[in-house]
Amino acid sequence: MSTQYPALLVTIPLLSGFVISAAGWLNRRLCFYIAVIALAGSAFSCFGVLLQVLQEGHVTYHLGGWDPPWGIEYYVDYLNGLVLVVVSTVALVNLIATKRSVEEEFQEKIGPFYTLYAFMVTGLLGIVVTGDAFNLYVLLEITALSGYGLLGMGKNDRATLSTLNYLYMGTIGACFYLLGIGYLYIVTGSLNMRDIAQILPSLYGSKAVLAAFIICLVGVWAKMAFFPFHGWLPNAYTHASSAASSLIAPLVTKVMIYVMIRLMLTIFTPAFTFSVAQLSKPVVWLAVAAIVMGGIFALAQRDLKKMLTYIIVAEVGYMVGGAWLGNRAGMTGAILHILNDALMTLCVFLVAGNIVYKVKGCAFDDLKGLMRKMPFTMGAFVVGALSIIGVPPTCGFFSKWYLISGAIQAGQYAFVVALLFSSLVNVVLFFRVIEIGYYEPAGSHHGHEHHPEPMDEAPLTMLVPLFIVAAGLILVGLYTGDIVNRIIELAIPNGIV
Amino acid sequence: METITSIRPLLAVLVSLSVTPILVSSRAPNVREAWTFVAATVKFLIVLSMLPAILHGNEIVYTLVEFLPGAAIKFRVDALGMLFALVSSSLWIITSAYSIGYMRGLKEHSQTRYFCFFAFCLSATVGVAFSGNLLTLYLFYEMLSLATYPLVTHHQDEQARRSGHKYLLYIVGTSIGFVLPAMLISYNLAGTLEFSKHGFLAGTASKPLLGLLLFMFIFGFAKAAIMPLHGWLPAAMVAPTPVSALLHAVAVVKVGVFSIVRILTGVFGVQLLSSLDFGTVICYVAAFTIIVGSLIALSQDNLKRLLAFSTIAQLSYIVLGVALLSPKGMTGGIVHIAMHAFGKITLFFCAGAIFVATGKKNISEMLGIGRRMPVTMAAFFIGALSITGVPPCGGFISKWYLVLGTLQAHQVVFLVVLLVSSLLNACYFMPIVYKAFFCPPKEAMFQNTVQEAPLFCVVPLAITALISIILFFYPQPFLRLAIMMVQSITGT
Amino acid sequence: MEDIVQTVVAKYNYWIYITLMMMGLYAMIAKNNLIKKIVGMNIFQTAIILFYVSIGVKKGATIPIIKALHGHHEAINPAEYMNPLPHVLMLTAIVVGVATLGVALAFAIRVYNRYNTLEEDEILSQIRTKTEEI
Repeated sequence: MSTQYPALLVTIPLLSGFVISAAGWLNRRLCFYIAVIALAGSAFSCFGVLLQVLQEGHVTYHLGGWDPPWGIEYYVDYLNGLVLVVVSTVALVNLIATKRSVEEEFQEKIGPFYTLYAFMVTGLLGIVVTGDAFNLYVLLEITALSGYGLLGMGKNDRATLSTLNYLYMGTIGACFYLLGIGYLYIVTGSLNMRDIAQILPSLYGSKAVLAAFIICLVGVWAKMAFFPFHGWLPNAYTHASSAASSLIAPLVTKVMIYVMIRLMLTIFTPAFTFSVAQLSKPVVWLAVAAIVMGGIFALAQRDLKKMLTYIIVAEVGYMVGGAWLGNRAGMTGAILHILNDALMTLCVFLVAGNIVYKVKGCAFDDLKGLMRKMPFTMGAFVVGALSIIGVPPTCGFFSKWYLISGAIQAGQYAFVVALLFSSLVNVVLFFRVIEIGYYEPAGSHHGHEHHPEPMDEAPLTMLVPLFIVAAGLILVGLYTGDIVNRIIELAIPNGIV
Repeated sequence: METITSIRPLLAVLVSLSVTPILVSSRAPNVREAWTFVAATVKFLIVLSMLPAILHGNEIVYTLVEFLPGAAIKFRVDALGMLFALVSSSLWIITSAYSIGYMRGLKEHSQTRYFCFFAFCLSATVGVAFSGNLLTLYLFYEMLSLATYPLVTHHQDEQARRSGHKYLLYIVGTSIGFVLPAMLISYNLAGTLEFSKHGFLAGTASKPLLGLLLFMFIFGFAKAAIMPLHGWLPAAMVAPTPVSALLHAVAVVKVGVFSIVRILTGVFGVQLLSSLDFGTVICYVAAFTIIVGSLIALSQDNLKRLLAFSTIAQLSYIVLGVALLSPKGMTGGIVHIAMHAFGKITLFFCAGAIFVATGKKNISEMLGIGRRMPVTMAAFFIGALSITGVPPCGGFISKWYLVLGTLQAHQVVFLVVLLVSSLLNACYFMPIVYKAFFCPPKEAMFQNTVQEAPLFCVVPLAITALISIILFFYPQPFLRLAIMMVQSITGT
Repeated sequence: MEDIVQTVVAKYNYWIYITLMMMGLYAMIAKNNLIKKIVGMNIFQTAIILFYVSIGVKKGATIPIIKALHGHHEAINPAEYMNPLPHVLMLTAIVVGVATLGVALAFAIRVYNRYNTLEEDEILSQIRTKTEEI
């Protein structure tokens, strides 16, 4: 059984999607439970795979028994072992946390929603686990299409147009990636990632390889909303339903970052990426622009969710910049930030979901007096905010540590300044929200006892997962040393100093 | 000297954190207050229990989690940390008593939130005191900044909001903008962040880079209120007085100055600083703050603002003392942490007591108040004497050492600075006391009947005033700890 | 000059596909009508599909289908057949393209039902006036 984990973690959600679809017709209430069982099974397989990787170094799985490079191979090493666990856990926690808001928002369409949810998770896990470049394109599109469906569903009118714009950008991105893989196929004749990596070194001087690299990168950047391809993200994520945005926001951009790192480290080895391609400086400058621009636009927003989406744009800048610094510390920071940012984003988006569930809106005006009305939700929000700002001992501090250290070592001081600027901007952003929640909406009370507003918290199924995530932020922070030493150090090939 | 491993430093930090759920769930205010006392006493006792080991010359160490070599969450209790922890934990007990009187006397709102965050602040303060490396120090420093925010903005009105902004801007802005990059650059240079006897930055970088790092650290720890980053302190006086008292006269600002002392002694080291002549530069910066702070205090009418500017000046005494790099100077600076704490807290307690009893905040409205509140004003007088550095109060001891320190370092200019500032201190304190007691009856603004503040307010301030006097005659264990610390640094 | 003409003529397939791709991209970006954008997207995807298929072509080769000759167990000469792998990959890509087209058109219908127009500038001005009303 345990040898089948790599295949199980993709197949279980895939098949469950169909079962949920059928259950949607028969008995709507079953959908949620089938989804939970499926995602739990998938998460269990992911943990199993990671444990195997920790013992053996890497796990391979040949789909259908066909040997690579002709057959599709699933290849799990330290890098994607970690990301698999992150994706499956976040998806599962989010599923449980958003049960109530899905029931409220979708009513008869629960079946289709959970079906798309299951397919989305299938796609994401598939992208992470596969070792074949074309298979990655297929799963990329599965993820994208499910994503379009999830984001476009819901009561908000504007969701449709925003999702359509996302569709255009997403398709362009995927097509560029496909084109790049085509170039690679022309020069190497192979689609298997590791096989390509072995054939390429003799071809490093060729323009086709460089073109393939850049085209693939551009495609992946469009999909992860890296500046200047970020225009679709704020609208698409803001107008979506709470459950969809808290699934997609933490995961999709991070998985794309993983794809980019795979491109950089495994397919085109570090020797090519940093020595031959000579792209580091411009890319880091783009990352600086992403961070600064994300921060400035976030400051201008009056809606909590939209503010958070611009923060995501900045966070993508962190990770891309960190990966392209060209040293171990930067790459460690980028990979660690995949884990940390997924958790932080999940935390704050779940908070936004709770607020929308209770208050029916999350513009700043709706947030007045929330500290008293929803103290537990806002408590988790404060923890998430501290992590995004980068205050120890939450996990966000430690990934910032590595990113800044890497930037200092690489001499990219603009990136250091951008990171510090971003931290300070985040302080302003989050304390603004906390302040609005802190000051009561009406009346003042100079030093006299007054009747506080009664507490009107979100239900337990929404609060308990939120607490687990918030606690996770601190625990992951404290255990950063273990995570880095046991997993991330080993995920980065020796070619990087 | 041996290094003992014990979990007691961690326990000392956690005591106040763990009492928070109990405070939140307490039904009756008296139960809540009782638990605060219990926590404060337990904390003080844990800290006290480690004192004998330290006085024998040992150190207590505890590593919680290590995440990079040389960068861990690690506690180390040495003489300096013990001194600071003793001061803050003992004063928490007294301030809790005072808080009860003040908050109930004014019928303040949200008292549970107040006591909870107070507990957090003390956790963070003891955490800073017991930090074994720069990372842990930074962690607890930030925790303190965030835990004090709800206390500063307690009144939740427009003024509190603005002060909260200023507070965050100065304190968090500098710690993220200056200290964080400086810490990371230091780690990259030295490969470790552990405080060592001779500073871990010795020999790692060029003079300009070290100078830049020093600048970033000194101004990054804006809690030390060195000019021009002092603006937050007068603004934070909008908080309730017990908050101002403990936090801004003892804990928050002392954390800032303590951090700077740690930077100067544990990160840079005395040898490095004197070889690069940085000590003198810092002395001049501190001297500027001392003089200008005292001058501005002269012009203040609001009592708490006057005390705030006085604190700004007094904090730079500590920085000056350590920056002199002479053994007596450093001893004076370090022991001033304790002496100033007891003196200043007395003064703040008096200011709060006056507000509770009469509703007055400005000195011009306090003529003749000595007749009505004799105990309070007597304590105020003692506190003022201590700050000015006049025997028989504890402040004299630290000033004495500071003066000797300037002579030892052959820096007579700073001797003059010290004397001038003492004179200025007298100039702004003594008129208050004089007018309180000795104004003609027709100018007195109050009736002659004695109407002191509530007992819970008056007893604490009497206690701290008494301690200030006792410290003159018996300055232990603070003086002993300061001398031990300086000996371990300079090797004399 | 000779070299450039040589390059263009020899690799004419690539130039055609690039032109198609740029036309598709232009339509997606510059056109106002949602359906035209979707058409542009389709042109873009089709260009890439054609590109892939064209790289499998060999001189004098036939389509990659083996005549069913039962009992005929001779080895086949790969040089006689075009490379079937790109064809297979593109089958997948075509399906993906069709699915995306379907989703895009479904969204376009929803947009039309809500805003009664398919011109993007009109939709945006409707959204703007609605947000101003709030």
